[in-house]
Amino acid sequence: MKKEVAVIAAGQTPFIRSCGMSIRELCFEAYKDAAKSINIDPKDVDASIIASAPEYDKQRTPAALVSEYLGFPPSPTFYLETVCSSGTTGIRVGYALIKSGLHDIVVMVGFQKMSELDSRTAAQVMGRGDDTIFSSPFGTTMPGGHALYAQAHMDAYGTTEEQLAKIRVKNSFYGSQNELANYKKRLDLEACLNADMVCTPLKKFDCCANCDGASAVILASADVAKKYTDKPIWIQGVGMATSELNWSSRASLTNFDSVRNAAKAAYEMAGVGPEDINVAEVHDCFTVSEILAYEDLGFAKTGEGGKLIDEEATYHTGRIPVNVDGGLLSKGHPIGGTGGSQVRTIVKQLRGECGETQVENAKIGLVHNVGGVGTYANVIIFGRE
Amino acid sequence: MDFGNFGVVNFTKEAKSVAFVDYLSEGKLMGTECKKCGKKYFPPRMDCAKCFDSEVEWFEIKGPGKLVTYTTVNFGPSGFEEVQPYTLGIVDFPEGVRVLAKISKKIDPTSIKAGMELRPVPQQLSEEKLTYEFEN
Repeated sequence: MKKEVAVIAAGQTPFIRSCGMSIRELCFEAYKDAAKSINIDPKDVDASIIASAPEYDKQRTPAALVSEYLGFPPSPTFYLETVCSSGTTGIRVGYALIKSGLHDIVVMVGFQKMSELDSRTAAQVMGRGDDTIFSSPFGTTMPGGHALYAQAHMDAYGTTEEQLAKIRVKNSFYGSQNELANYKKRLDLEACLNADMVCTPLKKFDCCANCDGASAVILASADVAKKYTDKPIWIQGVGMATSELNWSSRASLTNFDSVRNAAKAAYEMAGVGPEDINVAEVHDCFTVSEILAYEDLGFAKTGEGGKLIDEEATYHTGRIPVNVDGGLLSKGHPIGGTGGSQVRTIVKQLRGECGETQVENAKIGLVHNVGGVGTYANVIIFGRE
Repeated sequence: MDFGNFGVVNFTKEAKSVAFVDYLSEGKLMGTECKKCGKKYFPPRMDCAKCFDSEVEWFEIKGPGKLVTYTTVNFGPSGFEEVQPYTLGIVDFPEGVRVLAKISKKIDPTSIKAGMELRPVPQQLSEEKLTYEFEN
């Protein structure tokens, strides 16, 4: 096991529809949750990375504002963005800063206050995450983009609306046990299948909800990590890849090539394969996204992601537990806040702190965090001693 | 004409590939091909990423092509309140390009299937605005 860069603490705020706080206060809550657990002084933080997607709040250059509120100056800070995967891109960069020897302790804080926009405007802002000259003028949306993949996957492999619904049934089962989740109601198959259609074939419960939230992850070099915790979680592999933004340039509409490339890089670096993963957090912004993740991460063969949920293999007692904290579908998806929350869950799982939803003897965990419609992909593999 | 004339809503007026909009007003959907290396581009671009050449030949996309995937959007972004629901499709054309557009409301939504043949039809949205959609 590699012991070079560790997660020494991870925290998050509750994910809720409307938080009633400013973004600096939201970030403070997330950082406090992480930092209090290891009793770290802000002056010991060597650098901070602030991650979110722009245009939800009006604050220009939020890094300096958040850094000041957390007490970090004069240490360097900067803002980083790959839309929904901003948080894990921050962790990737933090990993590199430590591995290079430039810094010993790096904090990543990811946030989003989506409630500042009404849902129509939010759909426009997200739609501009597509090619604004050639695609957004047709009214492309985030649910619409994933629906194009869902329809193609159904036509190619016979994936069914029922299999999509089963993903939400599972994730709502775990969301109902996560006190920080935005959506805590347990849903059955019938409720999912009868919900209003958003973008064919995706219905209301196939989609995650906009919400407010922040997360924080504190990374440290091996020597420094020991001073703060006796339960460091070691980063074993970081993989990142990108797919073309414009629909015309994409080779596949039934899987995310970005994820396949990121997963390959992360597995190779960690020296493990999909069969070695004990617990995973995947980016289920839509139910179809979790099915694609099963295949793109190698948990299922191409075209057989639906079978994995039919077999209930991704429940916490199954062969490969996935999103046993409720996923984005039930927790909610505060864009920049999501990646850090996924890392927090894996850290808790590898430390054995998950109570009822604990995966037995979890040693190796994986986080899959995707930005846009499969545009940016981060896959990070973690291990415990 | 510029890109301010293109689409239901738009966000950018200027681009070197502005002839795309002029061609569209003449009833033609066009892509570009690099004169030096022959690489075909849709959406059109005036700069070849492969050989850095900026001399292009325009070619017309006539179809028919085959529908790869589609979705009916029931909740659109701001600016689409009056046109929702609308169906978006992605079509592979024999000219060697993949194109996204709205599928015409003239086509019965229940008859839309992957593999069906569609062709691009330039369309005037108003006196100022134009787009293209897929018809069979």
